[in-house]
Amino acid sequence: MSLLIHLTAAELAAKIHAGEVSAVEVTQAHLDRIAAIDRTVHAFLHVDTEGALAAARAVDEDVAAGRPVASPLAGVPLALKDVFTTKGIPTTVGSKILEGWVPPYDATVTRKLREAGIVVLGKTNMDEFAMGSSTENSAYGVTHNPWDLDRIPGGSGGGSSASLAAFEAPLAIGTDTGGSIRQPGAVTGTVGVKPTYGGVSRYGLVAFSSSLDQGGPCARTVLDAALLHEVIAGYDPMDSTSIDEPVPPVVAAAREGAAGDLSGVRVGVVREFTGEWYQDGVLRSFQQAVETLRGLGAEVVEVSCPHFDYALPAYYLIAPSECSSNLARFDAMRYGLRVGDENGNSAEQVMALTREAGFGEEVKRRIMIGTYALSSGYYDAYYGQAQKVRTLITNDFTKAFGDVDVLVSPTTPTTAFRIGERVDDPVSMYRADLCTIPANLAGTPALSVPCGLSDEDGLPVGLQVMAPALQEQRMYRVAAAYEVARDAAQGGPLINRVPQLEVAR
Amino acid sequence: MPNISRDEVAHLARLARLAVTDAELDKFAGQLDVILQSVARVGEVAADDIPPTSHAVPLRNVFRADEPRPGLTQQEALAGAPAVEEGRFRVPRILGEEA
Repeated sequence: MSLLIHLTAAELAAKIHAGEVSAVEVTQAHLDRIAAIDRTVHAFLHVDTEGALAAARAVDEDVAAGRPVASPLAGVPLALKDVFTTKGIPTTVGSKILEGWVPPYDATVTRKLREAGIVVLGKTNMDEFAMGSSTENSAYGVTHNPWDLDRIPGGSGGGSSASLAAFEAPLAIGTDTGGSIRQPGAVTGTVGVKPTYGGVSRYGLVAFSSSLDQGGPCARTVLDAALLHEVIAGYDPMDSTSIDEPVPPVVAAAREGAAGDLSGVRVGVVREFTGEWYQDGVLRSFQQAVETLRGLGAEVVEVSCPHFDYALPAYYLIAPSECSSNLARFDAMRYGLRVGDENGNSAEQVMALTREAGFGEEVKRRIMIGTYALSSGYYDAYYGQAQKVRTLITNDFTKAFGDVDVLVSPTTPTTAFRIGERVDDPVSMYRADLCTIPANLAGTPALSVPCGLSDEDGLPVGLQVMAPALQEQRMYRVAAAYEVARDAAQGGPLINRVPQLEVAR
Repeated sequence: MPNISRDEVAHLARLARLAVTDAELDKFAGQLDVILQSVARVGEVAADDIPPTSHAVPLRNVFRADEPRPGLTQQEALAGAPAVEEGRFRVPRILGEEA
């Protein structure tokens, strides 16, 4: 059984569809793994054993009957971030305010996963309302990084990234508002992809910052991420910002890239992503990755994106502003927690008492920052100015992509930091998003692919590859080529060097 | 540069319907001040003639066909409610004593 959990999603799918192993066996192997180690890792908030086995059985019946399987990933297990609604299965968003809430409907992403025959194992831990870079803001306890249990698995999608690195699931879903897919991928040695804004439906995705939120695939290999990307992406009339265009051919691009030839591909290194906040080992690992790309035939040039320096402050105005508005819906009236409904308290008092009890510190901070930034008298200087910076960042991307096919940078300035290290220093926590935020503000796609271990602490480093809107195939091709070269140079997949976890008794 | 006082944080908390504690006010006042000082850097950019961007994707109005389709049932809509009475959401009083 232990062999099954180490296979890639593509390998598992091939075996299941050929009848070599059943989807139920594959699912049970992952459920057993979760039962054995999740008390140590705490990647999951909810495990849906019965639902997972039922979904697996349905795939096995198709295979046994000789019917075509529902999708190229039918029967493969997946860990779903607890920010997507799941009919009949609790959805908490890592918050006390939604503790025990069972949604009456499926998110579009959830529906597409089910229709593809993908086996949803359960819901993964996250920073409350996806606000954070460490999962320490979860109301249900922190998730531990399988590379070093004293360190964070990234955030907000730390449960999804940890589940992959701990071999609890071969696939996962995340959401990326400022880096919440890519940064967890980087610090756990896994692959994380933020699609073009509007590429994956937000229907049923509990909103944090609506103009930035974007769901995307997480996996241990670039090809697996591409296969999952094609399952979840596509136009959805239920999301008014969904893009009505064909899904970019990312699976074909990942396969093409795996041939290992990047001749003719122009790669831009973003000059601004270096400096005092960057760990030396991260920069060295990144430089090696750039040399590897050059060795694959890519033409590497330096590119300047001068306004990227202002992405972080712009983001930490725009995202809190949108969240202060979005989270107004948690009013203790229609769903979720209600506190203080006694002694003749008014609706307004109950609302304030409930939000005080139901939201954690980071959520409260952001709601108040947003309330401040949207106040009359401050609006132009803060929110209005941040929206203009957003235009300038988009212009920087447009100019850069006139010269190069993709941009590369480290995914995040440091390796996984220690649990507790940044909890009382919000600004230092925010810096984890330094390199990922520009793509969110511009709505362009970007991914993180593992690029080795930092030579100073032995922890994973991520290589970020950014592409123009709806040109995901470019970054998948580059990442897949890089992955093959990296494995060849390092003697096998990076993820195989993750320490063995003690099985809890 | 902004300088957020404890009273201003209390005011923001009231606007945002957050019944924060005194201890939180002390903590948040310092933290919000640091955060706002750091985000105020957006003001350094000369952007007078730059149009703002609200969405990465140009938005256009989308109509769907005017055909009925099933929504949530009453039972489903009420399933997550904190309090229900006679098939409706039960809410606390919405007017003050003096009203």
